[in-house]
Amino acid sequence: MRRRLLLFLTLAACAGFTVALAAAVLHAAGAALPSALPEQLAASLGSSGVEHPVTAVLLNFRNYDTLLEIGVLVIAGMVGISLASTSSLEDPALRSSDSLLYALQRWFVPLMLLLALYLLWAGADRPGGAFQAGAVLAATGVLMRLGGLPMEFVRPGVLLRLGLVLGFAVFLLVAVAGALAGEAFLAYPPGMAGGLILTIEIVLTLSIGMILLALFVAAPVSDEHEPEEGAGP
Amino acid sequence: MSPDLLYALAGVVLCGIGLFGFLLLEHLLRRLLAFNLIGSGVFLVLIGLAQHRNGPDPVPQALVLTGIVVAIAATALAVVLIRRYYHLTGHTSLADDGEAQS
Repeated sequence: MRRRLLLFLTLAACAGFTVALAAAVLHAAGAALPSALPEQLAASLGSSGVEHPVTAVLLNFRNYDTLLEIGVLVIAGMVGISLASTSSLEDPALRSSDSLLYALQRWFVPLMLLLALYLLWAGADRPGGAFQAGAVLAATGVLMRLGGLPMEFVRPGVLLRLGLVLGFAVFLLVAVAGALAGEAFLAYPPGMAGGLILTIEIVLTLSIGMILLALFVAAPVSDEHEPEEGAGP
Repeated sequence: MSPDLLYALAGVVLCGIGLFGFLLLEHLLRRLLAFNLIGSGVFLVLIGLAQHRNGPDPVPQALVLTGIVVAIAATALAVVLIRRYYHLTGHTSLADDGEAQS
């Protein structure tokens, strides 16, 4: 009886919340508050160094967000790794002997790497960019991990640390170098924006792929000493 | 009503469903999924509302793209934490023993 009352109350509260939020959205949609943001963006797109507006916002006009974002990712990756027991990567029980998966891998891994490269390059003038390419890169790593391919670089060591912080470090270096050269913090020197954005995107792609893959690998794998999944006490 | 406003309203409904699940479900993984549902709803509201006013607007799109990547990382971190918690305690919910058995 108490449980039913709780259910009813929660349902009522959530319905009320939804209606209030919908009213707020309708109100905001009705209020004609002209914003010239897209026009401003289109007007200054020529000076951004890239041709696609979303990439220009991400890596030039609002690159502060992107810097903080990769910082959050690095912290998440570090916390995940520090909770993990990555030695179990060598667990032979994790190696799949499924021949179908092996055959698929042989086709998919090169194709996905190529796709990641294309997405990275396409970000300059059409939808694409570091985040999409990093996600594809991480997915490739997950596929390789599930198939049991050995991956030296996700074991604790210099390569893993370097891969995790590379994107954030290079981005921060560019930002501080700009500030030291007399520009604002995070402002690119005139004429160099395109090349700098491409460099940052490449290292961001590597780091994002590495962090997401490290978080996937870091989820602690159950061994004999720990309770089996789904078989709690 | 434009299709973009419809997207925003769908996002509102997603927020409501996610909140309901977040409040009522006890299993931590389901709670995480409900929380992600709220996040997706917020993204839909942001994009739909901005498009309804200005047409395709790159600024909220970039904002949401940043949000999606952070949400993925946070979700992965939450899964790592949940698995660690499960291995340490054997529980899949945060309720204490007396409540979990009743």
